[in-house]
Amino acid sequence: MNDFLLIFRRDFINKEDQPSPEQLQASIKPWQDWLGGIAAQDRLARPLQRWDGEGKVVRKDKNITNGPYAEIKESIGGLIFIKAVDYDEAVEIANGCPILELGGNVEIRMASTID
Amino acid sequence: MEERELLPHLFRREYRKIVSVLCYLFGIDHIEIAEDIVSDTFLSATEQWSLKGMPENPTAWLYTVAKNKTKNYLKRNTLFEQKLSAEIRYTADKTEEIEIDLSVKNIADSQLAMIFTICNPCISSEAQVALALNLLCGFGIQEIADAFLTNKEVIYKRINRAKERLKMEGIKIEQPNAAEINSRLETVLTTLYLLFSEGYYSTSQNIILRKDLCAEAMRLNYLLLENKSTNQPAVNALFALMCFHASRFEARSNESEEIILYQDQDESLWNKELIDQGTYFLNKAATGNIISKYHLEAGIAYWHTQKADTNEKWESILQLYNQLLILEYSPIAALNRTFALAKTNGKPEAILEAEKLNLTSNPFYYSLLGNLYTDIDADRAVQHYETALKLTNSSAEQILLSKNIDQIRAGQK
Repeated sequence: MNDFLLIFRRDFINKEDQPSPEQLQASIKPWQDWLGGIAAQDRLARPLQRWDGEGKVVRKDKNITNGPYAEIKESIGGLIFIKAVDYDEAVEIANGCPILELGGNVEIRMASTID
Repeated sequence: MEERELLPHLFRREYRKIVSVLCYLFGIDHIEIAEDIVSDTFLSATEQWSLKGMPENPTAWLYTVAKNKTKNYLKRNTLFEQKLSAEIRYTADKTEEIEIDLSVKNIADSQLAMIFTICNPCISSEAQVALALNLLCGFGIQEIADAFLTNKEVIYKRINRAKERLKMEGIKIEQPNAAEINSRLETVLTTLYLLFSEGYYSTSQNIILRKDLCAEAMRLNYLLLENKSTNQPAVNALFALMCFHASRFEARSNESEEIILYQDQDESLWNKELIDQGTYFLNKAATGNIISKYHLEAGIAYWHTQKADTNEKWESILQLYNQLLILEYSPIAALNRTFALAKTNGKPEAILEAEKLNLTSNPFYYSLLGNLYTDIDADRAVQHYETALKLTNSSAEQILLSKNIDQIRAGQK
């Protein structure tokens, strides 16, 4: 079993790309059920945590701007750590992530161990 | 709460009180002396009362005799007294005679100190439960062995090893301070919950004993509620949880000890008073900003006291299980969560989720699958129930599973 980082991204900036209040509210239960399902398989690698949606971005010229980092269109909405055998299995779990229904995506990274 | 109501046994009740007070006075190294003095007191009581009849105030009689026996013991063992007087907590003057304080307050203080002494992570949780039953609840070795479905030797060894360990670690019997309460309360609650579960879920046929275990866990929990520093939200939540569970005690099996499933239970047998009490303490638990697993489990148990099969009920139960699993995984919570999911999101989705759980050595995993496949695929339902039948050791469970299989087969014809 390996640890995987799942990063949820979507466009939180562009007005025309935002889900309606109705859609947002309807997304609560799928999130709860999806996370509950991962926990029910004992696949959560670390406790869940909420992350501030804005944050800061630091650059070499000491120019610190308010986040979120959005050079690319999407920014981070949240992240979790899960346990999975391999990338295939992690992808299968990520396939159920409700952010996909809101036009977002999930980036997956496997934790690497130094041998 | 009337203690008399919870536990009608005078000796058992007074045993643990006097033992706690003496242990609190003597310290961990002399637990056996405290136990001997109290046993001796009860022996005298048995002899005298059977000859002369019960005294008017049996409790006062026991306290007086216990005090005298302690004083005599101390006089006979001057060495012990010298050693002890250095450790004694509240005698102002060394030359003064040691006071054995059996006031309500000191009994409560002593019992609280003993709870925190016994529920110490340096001994295993099953040893904590056995020791708690012995010293805090006044259960004999045989009674504890019956509750654990094992023999006297096993329990005797377990208790003695635990005592030795506590002595070796130099654990003090004292009032826990605020920091200790915060760091140790979780262990205490875990032990109380285990004690309750031992009574509630035990496969022991001895119903009276099982009820006693539940009542004892509730009594010790209540003791924590009576103390300001331990009257915390999680403690209230655990008490609420116990009340809700206990409210169904009469309804969950019939005269021949067969399990009656929740949906088939006679609601009129649910104890309304305990449900109300549970609701009261669950409301009291709703302060602060920490949601403990007891809050979540009490919430689930609360919704189970609502018999009507509404979507609101099952959706609430599902979300509470989701939160509980995120907080702390357990196979039984994962299975129950999937059952709730079937109620809210439908059986097909629940089957997909259930098959991901992969709890292939757990009989309840297969009985859940059997339940989910009923009305969808009769053959597979039977297949799963049969696997469950092979895996379970509980005869009550076997009867239930066979009934389910027969029902499906009858429907197929």
